[in-house]
Amino acid sequence: MSFDLVANVVVAGVLTGLVYGLMALGLSVIFGVVRVVNFAHGEMMTIAMYAATVLFASLGLDPFLCILPAALAFFVFGYLLQAGLINPFITRPEHSQFMLLVAVAIIMVNALLMVFGPSARSIQVDYQLESFELGKVLVDKARFFAALAAVVTAGLLFSFFKFSLMGKAIRACADNHLGALVVGLDVKKLYALTFGLGSVCVAVAGCAMVLLVDVTPPLGPAYTLLAFVIVIVGGLGSMPGALLGGVLIGVSEALAGLFVAPSAKSMFSFGLLILILLLRPQGLLGKKA
Amino acid sequence: MDRRTFSRNIAVAGAAAALSPFGIVRAQAQKLKVGVILPRSGYLGFIGQSCQKGADLAPGVIKEMLGVDIELMNADFESNVDTARTRAERLIQEGANVLVGPFDSGAAAAIAQVAEQRGVPFVINIAAAPQITEQGYKYVFRNFQTAIDIVRNGLDLIGDLFQATNTVPRTAVYMHVNDTFGQAMTKGIGALLPRRTQLPFKIVDTISYDPAAKDLTVEVSKAKAANADFLLLVCRLNDAIILRREMVKQRWNPMGIVSPGSPGMYEEQYFKTLGKLSEYSISNVPWYNPAAKLTRIVEKAFLKQNPKDRLEFHGLNAGFTFEAILVAADAYKRARSTDPKVLAEAIRQTNITEKMTLGGPIKFNEKGQVEGIGSACVQNRNLLPTVVLPASAATAKPVFPMPGYKKA
Amino acid sequence: MTRASAALAVLAIVLIALPAMVGNYALSVVTLILYFAYTGQAWNVMMGFAGQLSLGHALYVGVGAYAAGGLFFHYGAGPWAGLWLAMLLCVALGLVIGFLAFRFGVSGVYFALLTIAFAEFTRVGFDHLDWLGGPGGMFLRVAQRDTWDILNFRGPPLMYYYAILFLCGAALALCNLLLKSKAGYYWQAIRENEEAAQALGINTFRWKMLAVAISSAMTSVSGVFFAFYYNNLFPEQIFHISRSIEIILGPIIGGVGTLFGPILGAAVLTLLSDGITEGLAAMGWEIPGIKQVFYGVVLLAVIMFLPNGIWPFIARKLKL
Repeated sequence: MSFDLVANVVVAGVLTGLVYGLMALGLSVIFGVVRVVNFAHGEMMTIAMYAATVLFASLGLDPFLCILPAALAFFVFGYLLQAGLINPFITRPEHSQFMLLVAVAIIMVNALLMVFGPSARSIQVDYQLESFELGKVLVDKARFFAALAAVVTAGLLFSFFKFSLMGKAIRACADNHLGALVVGLDVKKLYALTFGLGSVCVAVAGCAMVLLVDVTPPLGPAYTLLAFVIVIVGGLGSMPGALLGGVLIGVSEALAGLFVAPSAKSMFSFGLLILILLLRPQGLLGKKA
Repeated sequence: MDRRTFSRNIAVAGAAAALSPFGIVRAQAQKLKVGVILPRSGYLGFIGQSCQKGADLAPGVIKEMLGVDIELMNADFESNVDTARTRAERLIQEGANVLVGPFDSGAAAAIAQVAEQRGVPFVINIAAAPQITEQGYKYVFRNFQTAIDIVRNGLDLIGDLFQATNTVPRTAVYMHVNDTFGQAMTKGIGALLPRRTQLPFKIVDTISYDPAAKDLTVEVSKAKAANADFLLLVCRLNDAIILRREMVKQRWNPMGIVSPGSPGMYEEQYFKTLGKLSEYSISNVPWYNPAAKLTRIVEKAFLKQNPKDRLEFHGLNAGFTFEAILVAADAYKRARSTDPKVLAEAIRQTNITEKMTLGGPIKFNEKGQVEGIGSACVQNRNLLPTVVLPASAATAKPVFPMPGYKKA
Repeated sequence: MTRASAALAVLAIVLIALPAMVGNYALSVVTLILYFAYTGQAWNVMMGFAGQLSLGHALYVGVGAYAAGGLFFHYGAGPWAGLWLAMLLCVALGLVIGFLAFRFGVSGVYFALLTIAFAEFTRVGFDHLDWLGGPGGMFLRVAQRDTWDILNFRGPPLMYYYAILFLCGAALALCNLLLKSKAGYYWQAIRENEEAAQALGINTFRWKMLAVAISSAMTSVSGVFFAFYYNNLFPEQIFHISRSIEIILGPIIGGVGTLFGPILGAAVLTLLSDGITEGLAAMGWEIPGIKQVFYGVVLLAVIMFLPNGIWPFIARKLKL
């Protein structure tokens, strides 16, 4: 097992992990504030990926150029989803909320199946098959740019939450629901806003991911699960946690695949999830509840 | 029953007996009802639809060839095993005399049980799990290779490939999907390869991967690091595409990508998505004989029903599905009855030499399995799956190593 | 006799007499309905009674199936022996998960995710267990399918129908008993407000563990039935998260925590999905995926407008 091999694999794991992290970031923001288990998260990302393929096929738009229109569209979609469908469910028991989103997820996955069919769709751009050479390490160009997009988006989101008034209001909601109401914040609107922002993350992550992975309808549930694993490992309500969780999962799966058996990769992620849930349920960077 | 009914029955029986030497009564009354059960939706949807094309052209071709009328009853089991079972029950209840299908081993096992229970013959078009014909079933027949046969033929063809191209690769890295099919193939390779002393290569590393994995970077890195001469691959469609791309990204150009028998690289989507990157991939799979008389007849019927398509992309799926229905129709012609038990007996006596797939005649052994079905070395050339071996059926000469091969 | 018991008696009579009235296809569909009704009822004990949302219940079905199936495959031991092994393993597994969860304070959605993680972990694990067939699956030999052999659980589909019908009835009786017992009241208290229950001196940990144990034991029986009815087990299918979701759809649609919810829910869902397939075929709409979209929409509608499930709504209407 040469150093080059390990280095290549780790670098790829980190880059892919950052994109996963962005997807999880959206979930963390939603889960952390609205406290709703968005079981349709991965499905939304899949829709974003399909949207990118459609824009590419019809307008020849490179996925990175799709980011802006996709983000906008998804913001509106997420906002409306929360405001229209989910808000009335906030007070309902957990299993009801969960099933609501499962139903939404089922509709999404199968609508995609109806419209696009079961075979994989992909985007072919020239730089996709090229790589940067850093010594013996080959860095996949598309993966690099995808990770870059993820980091930039995460950064923008961080600054929004830290510096803007709206961002602070949302954080207040998350920290203390009752207090927020007392202070006069329109909690329902802020929830919708948050869902919109979470959806923006998903949109960007989707546009970035479609360069790395071919999209098929069953990707949705797989990504939903992945997003939850990352969020729990990284820490609920912690934005750096989501990115860290993503990188951790990306790298650990890569290493597990390298040293043990690639087909057992996902066992490690789930094993990690179980350990974290038991030993440090607030996640690596999360605050204790 | 009273005297009147009794006399009436005698009269009817008498009339039937009088007319039967002319075959009038029976022939007019009956068509063979073939229940075609395929996964036309769900994750196997594309393949199921491909198989369906073979079924759809069958009634016309069979009427011409054998002069029998068959009626298709199509059912979609939605790539779900529970549904396969209930749909099979449904078809039988609605009068299917024989069942044909289903492409997937899990569904085949479920349907086989229903068929055995109800005493209705079930002719499997495509399913490789060896266990299906090891359960002692009396009504289940399979005109397809088991995973072991596929491996055996696949490995033999690899030997032929090296001979035909005068190459002697010494090492191979073996990658395979970790699912039902991949596992069966791996067992077969493990058992057969060591005994094939005429094959010059050894497997230096084995890498199994999750069929649902979207990212195969690690797997390909590992494979590349093994520094083998060529890649031996057991895959499915989506992962084959991902692997090929990843190989390009990681600048890994082995002598070739050879499958000892798995789907994926000869499917239409592989060509469409990869374009010229799909060139030269090799799959050793059960296939149809491009030179056979029946192939030409089927191809004509196929193009008539699917003018914008090519038979090559559906060779395996449509070919074997058509043959399964052919088996049923041929048995019906000999048995002259639609009674399922009689049909099952007739199927057991099948001996069809005029067929379209490669290999010996369609003849079932005591387990209901056809032995001696042939495979072809199918190479991707000019965006079409092309038979390059055996030479008698080939339409082009094999190319190995592929251009762009760089010794690491 | 109350209206409810009268209705139940009528239903029981109809189900017992069903095979004489319908064909094989319908019988196979009803067998499937009853299978999901039973499994849903088993899940309901953990969720509806003890308030713990398990989204990885396929774990118990799978372990139960492989336990009994493996015993039969490798040692020829019949299903009655396999049954004990299955229950033992599943209860142990359930208690481990329960212990880890409750002692570490994992609840709500975290508990749900924990159960998913265990199921997925096991799924991939079994994919690598060649001794139990691995991804290639385990095929059980069927000795005969003509005469009713209760000892070996082999026979015609009719036998399996009555077996699952019996299981459903037994589950119903058991749950009824549990609900009316001390356990039932404690569970209700814990479900409503765990902290208050603890304050009252109820050992919530012990009662929650009991619910988990009963639920996993019941579900393991479902697995044993599955093994000998389907006779082939694949990890990818039996442990898959879609199976776990299939299990909970019935009770949630029918009514979580109620006695008849799971059965009603399973019936509605299966009949609905079959009805949709027929309807679409009749209209000539054969687009893959359209049935599931309808399915999801109906699910959504029920969740939004009948949040406690269909059963409470119907019970009120029929004044049961």
